[in-house]
Amino acid sequence: MSTATTTTNAPPSGGADFRDVVTAHAPFRTGRLVLWLVVLLVAADFIWICAHNDGFDWPVVGQYFFNPTVISGLYVSLGLTVVGMILGIVMGLVIAIARLSQDRLASGFASLFIWFFRGTPLLVQLIFWYNLSTLFPRIGLSIPFGPTLIDWDTNSVITPMTAAIVGLALNEAAYMAEIIRAGLLSVDRGQAETAEAFGMTRARALWRIIIPQAMRSIVPPTGNQLISMIKATSLVSVIAMADLLYSVQSIYNSTFQIVPMLLVAVIWYLLITSVLNIGQSYLEAYYSRSERRGATAAHPAPAAAIEEASH
Amino acid sequence: MSANTLPEGTRPLVRARNVHKSFDQLEVLKGIDMDVMPGEVVVILGPSGSGKSTFLRCINHLESIQQGFIEVDGEQIGYKIRKDRLEKLSANGIAKQRRKIGMVFQQFNLYPHMTVLQNIIEAPIGIHGQSRKDATDNAMQLLERVGLSAKAGAYPRQLSGGQQQRVAIARALAIKPKLMLFDEPTSALDPELVGEVLATMRDLAKQGLTMIVVTHEIGFAKEAADRVVFMDGGHVVEMGKPEDVIGNPQHPRTQAFLSRFL
Repeated sequence: MSTATTTTNAPPSGGADFRDVVTAHAPFRTGRLVLWLVVLLVAADFIWICAHNDGFDWPVVGQYFFNPTVISGLYVSLGLTVVGMILGIVMGLVIAIARLSQDRLASGFASLFIWFFRGTPLLVQLIFWYNLSTLFPRIGLSIPFGPTLIDWDTNSVITPMTAAIVGLALNEAAYMAEIIRAGLLSVDRGQAETAEAFGMTRARALWRIIIPQAMRSIVPPTGNQLISMIKATSLVSVIAMADLLYSVQSIYNSTFQIVPMLLVAVIWYLLITSVLNIGQSYLEAYYSRSERRGATAAHPAPAAAIEEASH
Repeated sequence: MSANTLPEGTRPLVRARNVHKSFDQLEVLKGIDMDVMPGEVVVILGPSGSGKSTFLRCINHLESIQQGFIEVDGEQIGYKIRKDRLEKLSANGIAKQRRKIGMVFQQFNLYPHMTVLQNIIEAPIGIHGQSRKDATDNAMQLLERVGLSAKAGAYPRQLSGGQQQRVAIARALAIKPKLMLFDEPTSALDPELVGEVLATMRDLAKQGLTMIVVTHEIGFAKEAADRVVFMDGGHVVEMGKPEDVIGNPQHPRTQAFLSRFL
């Protein structure tokens, strides 16, 4: 019996000893090495070509990288991103909650909002807001079909700045609403039910129980949105808002150094998005802290807790 | 236990009359009548689909009923009387009514993003207006009572199922409920972890807490219940002292159900 088992388990080479996997080697793969060499060669060649192409005009890139006009454009782009994103998230949250509500009026309004602002190009929306005065020369508050309480001249309210903020924020709100709605739906139904059973109001249950859990699935796509928002701010250059792209355009319109000036903008956009990627990974780690078994954030769990968790 | 020694004419804590509940075409409760006295421990037994969990969820209005009447502590659940007419309560009105009812779920439903301690003090601080210190002191006492003082800083995911359910019981007790509802509290547990949860519940029963327990644990019903209710097909089939309903069932359906556990 025992001889039979030994024979079946023995390696085909006939070696009777048991070789511990600790001694195993990774096999040498010639194919991988060749592939690496080819790719590195092509990349090096490409960099060489770019560096020696006078069209890129790298000295000009360096010369204008910290140009005051470029920097002020950068601030405008960043400012628009931050304001547009904050307004977009706040409005998106409200619209997501309205969309999920039992109330037909609220969910109907939310659906209509999302349908319209997601369904039309942002560029068109921006131009539309900028030209609002041709439709409504004056805007104000009034009783429907009744007297006007207060009003302003549209052209004094809608500057390139306000048109840009309104356009970016409303468009962002429509996308954020769908992201937040998906996040809220991803939380186990039992959690809302438990909060309800404990007598929490809907608002409190959302704020304390549902939203913190939804954040884990809301943060990654929101990071995506933030990055596309930074790039979307470049669209405001069409309504004469002096953002980063508009600034480099205004410079190359007089110097005709189109490619190097665009490179200035490209490098700045890449720098910002890289920083944001790092921030996003920290946020993701924060909202998944209760997922980790080993350590707890506030109170280090006694070793026994970890041990017992295994059953 | 104290239910036996209540003075004559004590008002029941829970009164249910002719309760009907349907999900679309399917009628799951077909006229339930039940009174639960203060301090009484009522165990509801019955096969799956008998409507026992649904009835429990109707008591704190997690499910609305289509016909009948449910009252807890003198208030009709989910409704109020205004100008002599019965009117549906707003969501916040219902939330207020639920604040004296504790509930323990089959799937524990601890808040996974909060530590054990935060789970327990959430409702006392946020809803019942206790100070953080009072709520924390009380929570630590409750954790001691369920034998989990060492786990106050742990997250639910780091605990076993039995430990999670004991935390869930402590969380429900933290609001000092007049009534505790247990919805199959041991059904999601591994067999070797059932005992610790039942022991905690037996303790509570001894201390005179009013409890309605939906379960499959016949042993618990025998030992801890003042009254056993057997439900089948949306009806109460049999109701009485555990030694009668479990020891000497009269109805053939009760007999058939119990024979599977012998």
